[in-house]
Amino acid sequence: MHPDDFEFVARLLKDRSGLVLTRDKGYLVENRLMPLVRQRRMKGINDVIAGLRAGEASLTDSVVDAMMAKDTAFFRDWKPFEHFRTVVLPNLIAQRGTKKTFRVLCAGVSTGQEAYSLAIIMREYGRALAGWKAEIVGVDISAASIATAQLALYSQFDVQRGLPIRLLLKHFKKRDESWSLNGDIQGMVGFMRWNLMDDLFPLGRFDVILCRNVLVYNDLQTKFNVLQKLARVAADDGVLYVGRNEPLTGVSSSFKVVNPDLGVYTVTRAEKATTRSLADAT
Amino acid sequence: MKKCLIVDDSRIIRRVASKIFHELGFEPEEAENGKKALDASRIRMPDVAVVDWDMPVMDGLKFLEGLRKLPGGENAIVIFCTAENEVPKIQEALDAGANEYIMKPFDSEIVRSKLTILGAID
Ligand SMILES: C[S@@+](CC[C@H](N)C(=O)[O-])C[C@H]1O[C@@H](n2cnc3c(N)ncnc32)[C@H](O)[C@@H]1O
Repeated sequence: MHPDDFEFVARLLKDRSGLVLTRDKGYLVENRLMPLVRQRRMKGINDVIAGLRAGEASLTDSVVDAMMAKDTAFFRDWKPFEHFRTVVLPNLIAQRGTKKTFRVLCAGVSTGQEAYSLAIIMREYGRALAGWKAEIVGVDISAASIATAQLALYSQFDVQRGLPIRLLLKHFKKRDESWSLNGDIQGMVGFMRWNLMDDLFPLGRFDVILCRNVLVYNDLQTKFNVLQKLARVAADDGVLYVGRNEPLTGVSSSFKVVNPDLGVYTVTRAEKATTRSLADAT
Repeated sequence: MKKCLIVDDSRIIRRVASKIFHELGFEPEEAENGKKALDASRIRMPDVAVVDWDMPVMDGLKFLEGLRKLPGGENAIVIFCTAENEVPKIQEALDAGANEYIMKPFDSEIVRSKLTILGAID
């Protein structure tokens, strides 16, 4: 790939999605764009570059989509989900008892496993949540991932990554060699294509936000901006989960750490320093 | 070091599983059928047993039944690991006392996540 072309693609990706590609990632661009070349019956990467330079909107979206790292799993890393179940959920039930409603955002939800894991936890939680209106919203820049998430049909490989076998049998139906999530769980989650670089206010306010393994691919400035946007749509006592290997110290003062190993943070509100957070163990 | 007993009549599967468990910090031991696995468990009870279903001499369910009767055998973590992927079969293994279930083919990520769920690794 010509260095000028690489520079052009790298800049476009950074502007559109925040993705940062170092100069040694030329092979990654070629690898991830080859399926697109075939799908669009183009002759090679050069055709893609030409289309991008000409400003073809749908091609640009497809390129951004194709370049995203989409790895995910049900109950990824397990412990943060245990934290949600044993600390945050009981706090939500205690703190939101009057309105009996709360909202969760999965920012960068990929193919949906993260959001559905939370839905399964809530479903399994039982009577304490009866009569509650709990909404989970999953957003991602990748239209293809959002479509997969909405389908809620997973391969045998996917359902074995992180999902306890009893929960698989209970909440999925086997369809040929795939597993289809039951409608009651599906109905708890709404998915939308959304770019985290854009304004997040239209999504509403959230009590819990997950933005795990998303900002790792961004530079400091983008991380800072996205975290600030997330903080603005978070409740005053709101919780943020990030991935296990992406500490926020020195990145943003919008959040303060609760449990670094689990990637649990809470919103910083200067004017409300005494607010108990939903992430605090009782 | 925690011991993991790998029970499968396929030498290749045993090798693959041994390598995965070794990398996850376990001391792997191999057995080619349920009977040999029970003998090995009498000498040293495994922390985790990964068990195929269909095997000559003694199958996985019989092994599980025998293992649970041995001293300390009720605490061993038993993961069925088999090509059987139909719901009634999976249910049968769980009803018989298996702790987890892996449908072949599998990879290290699947094994890792199952062990994490079970609290066998961090
Ligand atoms: C590695 S996946 C992580 C998925 C999931 N959160 C998890 O931890 O398993 C990262 C996801 O973030 C999405 N993403 C990256 N940049 C984004 C942006 N600017 N706006 C929305 N989604 C983005 C990617 O499309 C991808 O699906």
